[in-house]
Amino acid sequence: MIAVTKPVLKITDLRVENLTGAVLVDNVSFELRPGEVLGLIGESGAGKSTIGLAAMVYARAGCSITGGSVEIEGLDSRKADAEGRRELRGRHIAYVAQSAAASFNPAHTILEQVCEMPIQHGLMSKAEAEAWAIELFRALDLPDPDKFGSRYPHQVSGGQLQRAMAAMAISCRPKILVFDEPTTALDVTTQIEVLALIKKLIREYNTAALYITHDLAVVAQVADRIMVLRGGKEIEIGTTSDILNKPKTAYAKALVTERKAADKISVETVEKRGPSVLEVSNAVGVYGDFVAVKKASLSVSKSETVAVVGESGSGKSSLARLIVGLLPRSEGSVRFNGVDLPPALKSRTADNLRRIQFIYQQPDVALNPRQTVGDIIGRPVEFYFNRSKPEVAKRVDELLEQVGLPKDYATRLSTALSGGQKQRVSIARALAAEPDLIICDEPTSALDQLVADEILKLLKRLQDDLGVAYLFITHDLGIVRRIAHRTAVMLRGEIIAEGPTERIFSPPFHPYTEKLLASVPELRTDWLEEVLAKREPGGKPKKAKPKV
Amino acid sequence: MLRLITTRVVLGILTLLAVSVLIFAATEILPGDVASAVLGQGATPETLAAFREELGLNRPAYVRYLEWFFGAIQGDFGVAMTNKRDIITSMTPRLENTFFLAGYAALIAVPLSVSLGIIAAINEGKAVDKVANVISLAAISVPEFFIAYLLIIIFAVNLDWFPSLSTVFADMTFAKKLHVTALPAFTLTLLVAAHMLRMTRSSVLSIMSQPYIEMAFLKGLSRTRVVFHHALPNAAAPIIAVIALNLAYLIVGVVVIEVVFVYPGVGQFMVDGVTKRDLPVVQACGLVFAAAFIILNTIADVLGVLVNPRLRKPR
Repeated sequence: MIAVTKPVLKITDLRVENLTGAVLVDNVSFELRPGEVLGLIGESGAGKSTIGLAAMVYARAGCSITGGSVEIEGLDSRKADAEGRRELRGRHIAYVAQSAAASFNPAHTILEQVCEMPIQHGLMSKAEAEAWAIELFRALDLPDPDKFGSRYPHQVSGGQLQRAMAAMAISCRPKILVFDEPTTALDVTTQIEVLALIKKLIREYNTAALYITHDLAVVAQVADRIMVLRGGKEIEIGTTSDILNKPKTAYAKALVTERKAADKISVETVEKRGPSVLEVSNAVGVYGDFVAVKKASLSVSKSETVAVVGESGSGKSSLARLIVGLLPRSEGSVRFNGVDLPPALKSRTADNLRRIQFIYQQPDVALNPRQTVGDIIGRPVEFYFNRSKPEVAKRVDELLEQVGLPKDYATRLSTALSGGQKQRVSIARALAAEPDLIICDEPTSALDQLVADEILKLLKRLQDDLGVAYLFITHDLGIVRRIAHRTAVMLRGEIIAEGPTERIFSPPFHPYTEKLLASVPELRTDWLEEVLAKREPGGKPKKAKPKV
Repeated sequence: MLRLITTRVVLGILTLLAVSVLIFAATEILPGDVASAVLGQGATPETLAAFREELGLNRPAYVRYLEWFFGAIQGDFGVAMTNKRDIITSMTPRLENTFFLAGYAALIAVPLSVSLGIIAAINEGKAVDKVANVISLAAISVPEFFIAYLLIIIFAVNLDWFPSLSTVFADMTFAKKLHVTALPAFTLTLLVAAHMLRMTRSSVLSIMSQPYIEMAFLKGLSRTRVVFHHALPNAAAPIIAVIALNLAYLIVGVVVIEVVFVYPGVGQFMVDGVTKRDLPVVQACGLVFAAAFIILNTIADVLGVLVNPRLRKPR
């Protein structure tokens, strides 16, 4: 059926280069037919977004499309002039960006921005466009559709804004939609709603779509075919089930295997816990009137990894800040190796500080760009242990070796390293203080899948060798299943469940844990349909199958 | 929102109070006083004391401050010590002249520089942008009197389009006034336009790299619409702030221009007051200048709140 219809989008030998002549997209070709979804998958720098934008004959500042053709509904749009391209954009092919919060103009109301395309393209009058937008808001289950549009972007939640952006994209009934990581910035429980909606849109309007993402499990739910990209080149293209079940190339295989590992628990449960390192009891943390951490209790033992999971705003990072003293607790206690720690950072001793170290989410901003790797790692050695210069240099070499970096990296600036290497430097810096506990605040979420996997393995190995304990803050349940001995689930500042990971992830669940687990996409094509089918009757999720 | 605006206004008033204290204190700690200035070096201590007694200079400073301040807010700055004339009556016509010239220059400079700034931003890196950049940099760098004399040579001496002296009288017609003061107004325009142009250009440019601008292009909107409808409203706050700063400069910072063109504004009035050590005149001018500065900046702050939906309509 699909084969007989003409392609609405046909890209042939596409080539995109930047000003320095580096090739961002190299010889990529594909076709899209009405109602068909092609997933573009790859790590950062694979050229996914560049292809998505090139499909709209658009290149970001400093880049340009230098070869190939982009045919939209049979017209070679690369030959069109500026006015012709303007006509295509929005009307024939529309774009849904990653961050709705950044892609809506803060100065105008949502309604105005949703109506802008049909009005500016001369398809509707203002009144018609407004009525149509309200209809779309209703179709997309936005609250109070008649009034929703009168709000400004900052006045609605991230999930609602993402749906409003979908409404904006389809406001001219385009034949093709480009989704650029539309759910990446959302929490898992919100992601599932937006995914369902995207599926519904594509089906109802028989739209062709490009779906760009780095998460195989997400793309598996919506795409008919998947193209795996790396370094701007096509690695493999095939039907979704072929890519998931029998990938041909080594790279695609690695991506699939890596993603599958996240679906099952692979950490052994420690029956007997060692001597406790950190004990937090009934700790309360407040920012002004806002209680960020409500009576949290938690303990971490030697050689143990305790994961703190929850969605954005659940208080995970505030709990970490409270433990290290950046957010002085207003109630409760934090005991470290049996000794009570003062609430505020300022009143803690150097030894208190040395024993708890921190690894941050963004290695780019956590390392001083003007210091060499050797300076960064050597500083805690010098500061806490007062060693001589040659001794510090020797220790830096040791640490670099421990985190798997060559010794000569000591003389490099951190800006010359890749994201994964930077995170290794952060780990080495934490280890330099010879801590008992390292707090890891989403240390892998800014990294690509395969790089993140290496970092997790490194953390595990270091724990086996050194006996260091980790408090691991993350929103990614896949990571928890692989490395956390115990898990604490946070919701609105409260720890609602805590225990060995295996027990937390098997019934009886706390209802929220269950919802969280059920929302994490699984690497099979029918997952979303299944989850939605379970909810259909009363709109309420039924009991999910345990996943262990 | 109302709270934000009230805070800004209250802060403005407090700043004005603080400045009034500073002005008074500064004139107070200057060496010498009116008495010694008026009577000269040869005055005997007795005559000085008698003169001070007559002027009320020997009362405690805070009493004189309160008297001065409450007088000032009622429009009474006292009398000039040198000629015994009421300060407010001799200052008002000059103040009117200053506002006239400032308004004249602003009406040319603001629309000109904002639109040129936008044009430069749209054509970033192209010839228009480079020319605007070079000219505005040159205008900022060259001393104001130099620009003034340059304009006089070209437009008054060579072309003879405008007079080189800009003395205005109360009985001049409005058109005549505009003609006479054209050269100082152009000089001021060149001085302040550069600053506003560059600020407009950089604010618009920084907004043009935002994701919502890319989105606007991907919606198939025209460049004009993207710039005016999507970029400009978000760049408004810094542009308003820099406009206010420059308007204030037009009022308080034009002494040199007034001297060059022999224009009877408040700047000259203040300089006269300083040379004659006529402290009440200096204080009055200082306070008026400070008030102009603070009022304009407060207006800019309030407008800045009004153009930002995040502040106007919190969650």
